Amino acid sequence: MTSLQLEAISERAQPSLIAAIAKKEIAEAFRSKWFWMWTLAFAGLAVFMATVALPGSQVAEFGSFGRTAASLVALAQIIVPLMGLTLGASSIAGQRESGALRFLLSHPVSRSEAFLGTYVGLAAALAATVFGGFGLAGLITVVQGGGADAGSFVRIAVLSWLLAVSMLGFGMLVSTFARTASAALGIAVFVWLLFTFVGDLGVMGSALATRVPTWGLLATAVVNPVEAFRLASLTAFSGSLDVLGPAGRYAVDTFGDQLGWMLFATVALWAVIPVVLAWFRFTRGGDV
Amino acid sequence: MIEITSLTKRYGAIEVVSEFDLDVSPGESVALWGPNGAGKTTVVRCLLGLVTYEGSITVGGLDAAEHGKAVRGAMGYVPQELSFYDDMTVYELLDYSASLRFLSPQRVDEVCETVHLTDHADKRVRELSGGLKQRLGIASALLPDPPILLLDEPTSNLDARARESAISLLEDLRHSGRTLIITSHHIEEMAMLVDRVVAMEAGRIQVICGPSDLADELGLKAWLHVIMNNGDSATALQVLHEQGFAARMNSRGVLVEVSAQGKGEAVAALQEAGLSIRDLEVWR
Repeated sequence: MTSLQLEAISERAQPSLIAAIAKKEIAEAFRSKWFWMWTLAFAGLAVFMATVALPGSQVAEFGSFGRTAASLVALAQIIVPLMGLTLGASSIAGQRESGALRFLLSHPVSRSEAFLGTYVGLAAALAATVFGGFGLAGLITVVQGGGADAGSFVRIAVLSWLLAVSMLGFGMLVSTFARTASAALGIAVFVWLLFTFVGDLGVMGSALATRVPTWGLLATAVVNPVEAFRLASLTAFSGSLDVLGPAGRYAVDTFGDQLGWMLFATVALWAVIPVVLAWFRFTRGGDV
Repeated sequence: MIEITSLTKRYGAIEVVSEFDLDVSPGESVALWGPNGAGKTTVVRCLLGLVTYEGSITVGGLDAAEHGKAVRGAMGYVPQELSFYDDMTVYELLDYSASLRFLSPQRVDEVCETVHLTDHADKRVRELSGGLKQRLGIASALLPDPPILLLDEPTSNLDARARESAISLLEDLRHSGRTLIITSHHIEEMAMLVDRVVAMEAGRIQVICGPSDLADELGLKAWLHVIMNNGDSATALQVLHEQGFAARMNSRGVLVEVSAQGKGEAVAALQEAGLSIRDLEVWR
């Protein structure tokens, strides 16, 4: 038997391997009953909102598309974070628990490739859910005679997806720390409560009560990705931030037309930060 | 080919593998043998780069920690149990594994043929028996036709029939010229499957020897439960004591302590005394 001499190969991430893992993740998501439960819940509620939003449009502050979008923002800020967080939380921890992660990493695949493939696949699955829901709602609005503000509507759909991806990143970050999938899911639900309810009512309420300066109030709002999404979406179809009171007026006065893009960029930044932290933790982290 | 030097793995303050040294030659078949918790699986995980470790592992001249992808490219890994990707079909799982190694779907067909999985290719993983899952794990490991195979307890979750079939497949692999590293706690399989046994206990190497010498080297014992015809237990006990065996009676028959690889000696002693054995069980 001749001796084996191996040749060194690049340890850098290869896009084709990331794509292969992402493809598997998408296929698995489409097979998962949880994915379809979320998709049907989001699409169903979006369609319901679009159907009930239009008849009141003559008395509403916004146009028909805007009114549908406002309803969808309220829906998205609750459902989309939960969807992203739970999907992310069960990803790495679930694979680690079942042995699938060990199997994957026993191939000539780096941890970066495994992580990015999983992330890209799940982000694509979330895109199908979010854009499917918004697409159906938009279609119903158009069929029922609404047509204005289509650009803002698309922008809110993209913001919703960015929020979903941000929460996916937070979920995956939780997943890299948790020992089991059920522990990861528990922490993910806690994080959802923190972002969705405690962040909105607690932090904003405390900031108002303790007379935080107006710029501080705005900063407190965008530190929470769910709140940043809500403000960016409101700006997208109404152009104002009256919900923030003086801080909203301060923001509009200070940043003018740039405010919409600045808030959009904030949400986009929130889509990147947690996944970079999760990637760092997973690739530098210890044992599988 | 595989050089492991001073391998040590700690989980917090607990050392699960300590100062482990082993050289494996090309084409050699080596067993890591020991009870649960001996550190066998951890050594395999170190080889695959799944866990961090102290010491050094070199495969084909490359450091495994530094060149993980190249080293894993030369290895096929068979997990203890394929208990994931339950909703995938056999073909889908192998196709996925092949895509991670840039192999063509044609190779999937070839490997299915080799391990006799072609008829099960459309079955979902969750529908497979333990034996078929084991074959699927072996099929996945064989896809790249690797020079090295790592098999983690390949027969531990199988019934007798599936175990026999798996051992036959592993014997074929042994004779295919590949280097095999097998973890196991079944001493009987070692003689059929490996050239050398590395016996481990609490993370340390106890002895490295040929499989037929293992029982003597470690003084391994088993209990043979002998059930006699005609209720001849008392006579059997007397014969065994006269022949120097440690034995005692229980409600069904006679329990006799034997060497783990010399069970036939006690049986021969009873037969030579003209006693008729109805049944035998091995207790460990």
